[in-house]
Amino acid sequence: MNFDLSDDQVALRDGIRALLQGKYPMARVREGFDRSVFEDLAGAGVFSLRDDGFGWTDAAVVYEELGRALVPGPLVWSFGRAVPTAGCCCPAPGAVLVEHLDAIDDLLVLRRDGVWRIGAADLVGAGQDWPLDPLTPVWRVDGLPDGEPVGETDAAGGLWYSGGVLTAAYLVGMADACTTLAVDYAKERRQFERAIGSFQAVKHLCADMAVRAEVARAAVHTAACVLDDPGVGDRERTVSGAKLLANEAAIANGRAATQVFGGMGFTWEVDVHLYLKRAWVLDTVFGSVEHLADAVAGTLPPPAARALASPDRENRG
Amino acid sequence: MDLRYSDEDEAFRAELRAWLAAELAVLAPQPVRDDWDARRRWDTDWQRRLFDAGYAGLSWPKEYGGQDASPSRQLVFLEETTRARAPYVGVNFVGLLHAGPTIVAEGTDEQKAAHLPKILRGEEVWCQGFSEPEAGSDLASLRTRAVRDGDHYVVTGQKIWCSFGQVGDFGELLVRTDPDAPKHQGITWLILPMDLGGIEVRPLKTVLGSSEFVELFLDEVRVPVECRVGEENDGWRVTNVTLSFERGTAFVSELVDATRLVEDLAPYVSDPAQRRELGHVAAELDAVWALTKRNVTQASRGVSGRGAFMIKLAYSEARQKLGELSLRALGRDALVVDGVGEFVEERLRTLALTIAAGTSQIQRNILGERVLGLPKESSR
Repeated sequence: MNFDLSDDQVALRDGIRALLQGKYPMARVREGFDRSVFEDLAGAGVFSLRDDGFGWTDAAVVYEELGRALVPGPLVWSFGRAVPTAGCCCPAPGAVLVEHLDAIDDLLVLRRDGVWRIGAADLVGAGQDWPLDPLTPVWRVDGLPDGEPVGETDAAGGLWYSGGVLTAAYLVGMADACTTLAVDYAKERRQFERAIGSFQAVKHLCADMAVRAEVARAAVHTAACVLDDPGVGDRERTVSGAKLLANEAAIANGRAATQVFGGMGFTWEVDVHLYLKRAWVLDTVFGSVEHLADAVAGTLPPPAARALASPDRENRG
Repeated sequence: MDLRYSDEDEAFRAELRAWLAAELAVLAPQPVRDDWDARRRWDTDWQRRLFDAGYAGLSWPKEYGGQDASPSRQLVFLEETTRARAPYVGVNFVGLLHAGPTIVAEGTDEQKAAHLPKILRGEEVWCQGFSEPEAGSDLASLRTRAVRDGDHYVVTGQKIWCSFGQVGDFGELLVRTDPDAPKHQGITWLILPMDLGGIEVRPLKTVLGSSEFVELFLDEVRVPVECRVGEENDGWRVTNVTLSFERGTAFVSELVDATRLVEDLAPYVSDPAQRRELGHVAAELDAVWALTKRNVTQASRGVSGRGAFMIKLAYSEARQKLGELSLRALGRDALVVDGVGEFVEERLRTLALTIAAGTSQIQRNILGERVLGLPKESSR
């Protein structure tokens, strides 16, 4: 057992981090996703990691860095694909919101029993003026065409779990980035003649942020190990738990960072809101916190007929 | 990165599993909670069996009866013994997990030879003497005085929260040897033979009604100078050897146990909102367990990861949520402590988890200052 980054993974992480720092400073990130982002990342090998012999743990390391840099776009759906691709999970009949419609070639529709591909050219959507996340533009599409089947139940499961792990890894990177933003600001911002990070009320917010990111990262790496080696754990349990904690870590750390930044945290200029908004967006794909908690509970023993006969069971509130 | 144990570790696991099955089949029932003589016999007898089978002191040096085993081997041992519901360390807690490791790291050859093999064989029981009524979170402000008189320290003061003081043969004792030095620099770590004159032991009753803690009243107790571990006035550093252990892998057994408890509780949880909460807690405990594995991997490479500062904080809060949920799931059945499995007792016991061995608030200070580099509060 070696449950830490290997030397190769450390090099992979440092390499992609340096690349993203150079190409995707916040000024570029704020310009949003377009085909050049897809081409850049495809050129760096991000979407073809599996084809090039890397494991899911390696992919998780890379996606954590994409999240740390908040590189915009449907990067998870584009994994393993040759063209920019967005997707949606189990869309209900009727109108759906499709992300990045102006910059994709394909839309994948993931349902329990299969995966379908729809060409973006076959979709007619109305662009929405005010998306929750300014870097995740959405189009309202009135009913999806059937599309072309590209996989059955096994493929759907594979996409659901691998998409969950990559999204969770991305969210962990975001949660970690928010910790760094808040900690750096708490060291520098002075009130009452001292750095605000010296106050326990602020210090404890920061400590909790660090714990959430670290705990979620360990869970995500466990889930990635299980995808690489199914013998070491249960896919449903570990992937659901990992994405649950990653969703929560990114959302809670986005909120906590907003709080540490005070009034500045409520400005468009400070980057924190972009992280928080993305975290909310990513809670809606590959399982929300509630859905995933139910999924983990589903791996536990079911409720049993009560062994205890208690005279006032029926009086329980 | 992988989670697969080596073939050697798996072989060790299989052997241990078979040994546990045989031993546990003939194990006498656990004695009642406050019969301390019986508890001492039961816990030390189990320790002796572990020793005879080669399972004692896995992390300790071979020359003192240990096994020098790898951290992953220790993890397998704790996983298997906890899953099999084998006895945990019991009254051997302080010797095996606190005082022993401190003596391994800081003791003289004589101290090692005198104590380590006996601790491993279950022949010597230790208790703790760190906290004082006026020195809790601010442990370094402790005031129990030790005045040098020839070959002895004359010790006077009061200790509280002394784990297993009812049955201890020796205590790990922190005393102030230089009252004029800054508070961290005037402390010394002593081995306290509990049969010395001038020691009074008074049981302390916990919220569970149990008595594993005592108060110690020390009145001019003459402790031989050769009982000192480390240098005079260097006791704070020596103590941190022990405290850093508490923050590291000390929760492996607790975590495995908590995961088992989730499984045991699940059949009682039928309300959908409570099932959801249970799933949530299970995910948190799984993740802290994963972080523990990370920490163990890093420790085996000689790296002290930041996870060591986080495991206790995350674990204690997750387990308290589990305890809280178990009470709500049981409803009025929870009005009887020993009525429904161990769940109600569990809720009471886990109240201590965010207090003992550094409160969660102190853990956050340490994490904020030592790991994140935030400035100290100006008054400290």
